[in-house]
Amino acid sequence: MAAFLVSPTLLVLGLVIAYPVLSAVHSSLYSVPDIDPETGFVEKGDPFVGLDNFTAIFSGAGDRFWNAFWNTSFLTGTSVILETVIGLAMALIMHQGLRGRAWVRASILVPWAIPTAISALLWRWIFDSEGIANSMLNAKILWTTEGFQAQVAVIIAEVWKTAPFVGILVLAGLQIISNEVYEAARVDGAGPIRRLWSITLPLVKPALLVAVLFRLLDALRMFDLPYILIGAGKHSVETLSMLAQDEASNVRFGPASAYSVILFLYVFLIAFAFIKLLGADLLGARDEAGGGKGARKRRSRVAGDDRNPQKEAIA
Amino acid sequence: MTGTTPTATTQTSPEAAAGTAPDAAPPGAPGGTARKAPGTPWRTALRTTGIVAVAAWCLAPFYWMLVSSLRRPSDIFDISLWPAPVSFTNYANVLDPSLGFVRSLANSFIVAGTTTVLALMVAVTTAYALARLDFRFKRLVLTGIIATSMFPVVSITIPLLKLFVGIGWINTYQAMVVPSMSFALPLAVWNLTSFFRQMPTQLEESARVDGCTRGQAFRKVILPLAAPGLFTTAILTFVMAWNEFLIAVSMVNKESMQTAPVLVSKFTGASQFVAPHGSQMAAGIIVTVPLVILVLFFQRRIVAGLTAGAVK
Repeated sequence: MAAFLVSPTLLVLGLVIAYPVLSAVHSSLYSVPDIDPETGFVEKGDPFVGLDNFTAIFSGAGDRFWNAFWNTSFLTGTSVILETVIGLAMALIMHQGLRGRAWVRASILVPWAIPTAISALLWRWIFDSEGIANSMLNAKILWTTEGFQAQVAVIIAEVWKTAPFVGILVLAGLQIISNEVYEAARVDGAGPIRRLWSITLPLVKPALLVAVLFRLLDALRMFDLPYILIGAGKHSVETLSMLAQDEASNVRFGPASAYSVILFLYVFLIAFAFIKLLGADLLGARDEAGGGKGARKRRSRVAGDDRNPQKEAIA
Repeated sequence: MTGTTPTATTQTSPEAAAGTAPDAAPPGAPGGTARKAPGTPWRTALRTTGIVAVAAWCLAPFYWMLVSSLRRPSDIFDISLWPAPVSFTNYANVLDPSLGFVRSLANSFIVAGTTTVLALMVAVTTAYALARLDFRFKRLVLTGIIATSMFPVVSITIPLLKLFVGIGWINTYQAMVVPSMSFALPLAVWNLTSFFRQMPTQLEESARVDGCTRGQAFRKVILPLAAPGLFTTAILTFVMAWNEFLIAVSMVNKESMQTAPVLVSKFTGASQFVAPHGSQMAAGIIVTVPLVILVLFFQRRIVAGLTAGAVK
């Protein structure tokens, strides 16, 4: 009965997840077809090269990979930190604002609802050399050309779109803190800052951690924003997703698969480390994410069933 | 930037504006009224400022997109807050059939709609089983499904691209729908599972006492009652599928099959002498409007769906 009900999902996920991942690992062991020196035609079939695609990143050809790797890490790190701080602030503000919740909530969903591709275009227009950003700053910055300013542009656009999402999740966490706790703290003489540090932040931590985890995993696969805002193949903002996609679109499936496998392992590692180091309150998600790929069958240490559906807000 | 500090103060220190703690007590709650006389105007002002700052953060860039889309192409570099002559030239340009934008909207609807319907159909029974039945490997199944939502889309796109090239699926709808299931399905399963869990088990029990089989109880009692949850899940799934870019840009290179986000990102303008910004903004507004309408009407549900699991 249960198997009958569950199997369609497993079948589909097997087709669109398990098969591609195995296939990626497989094709990462192959190189691109050589040109036959005599005829000048492309030889049929990709030659097997073992782990060469992976070891290549440590040789001279790895420069582009490492650049993409550091770009991914840098863009993810900075934007997630900013998103968390700003999103938390937004949640605290919204929690205060009692009137007008409905329209504030509607407006905070707008950045979330705008397709990333469209928001990238919007920001490209804002950051145009003659656009509003330069007018307001009274500067002539070429935001969308190579360089640090391009990274800043990407981070600003990313934070704009996702900080409200963090705010929504954290606000939900704030709303379940009971007033009595604050009353008790006030009776005990705790000032406002003390109440923020000793009550609000610890109590909202589970929701905050979930939000940060979602954002981390999502930012690590960043693609559309730099791709449209700055452009494909730009050194200063090329992420691992962009690099892999670029290689694949040039029919270099071997290296592309290798990069995507590395990205997957990187995401997995970050998620695992994050959950292990910080996830004391994240038991539900910990087991889920920690047991990724079905490699692990940990059944113990799971809070109740009701802690589990935490993952649905991948945005 | 706006909103980096909580701007609310408490009754005890109305002047200390920045960096103070939130005050969870609503007015009228015990303690909220005690000493409010001197603090109230300050608090209200600061609260209002904070809320306005949050709303401005969210809406200002969107507003700029709207304003820019309503300028005449020749005024596009104006920086006035409202276009002097409001012009719909950009919209007319974008909707011109030669650009294929309308067709790309239809493509987006087909891809996102099909993805949503398929994901819900597959997910609903699975979610019900996960929420209600006990079976071996249930934990493992849950684990597997949540782990899949973590996958970088590019990791599955590349192998599927290779596969689809082989079987001639490039430039087809199914080449976009099938990979989209990789994120739509886990999302739908998780959302629905948490929704089914919230429904009281007595519903099925009394239905079965009344002579329903398990299947009948599910079809005739649970599904109708779960309609709001299905609906919320459908909205979230649709928004994600509508916003998808990487799969759509990889699987399709024929313009007539491109989805709206992909096509718009490649706009070069009606003529080569006019910067395409105006048309892009107009197209952006058109692509976003269905989503903003969804948000306006269903904000409560969307927020509930987004946060359902995060705080329980």
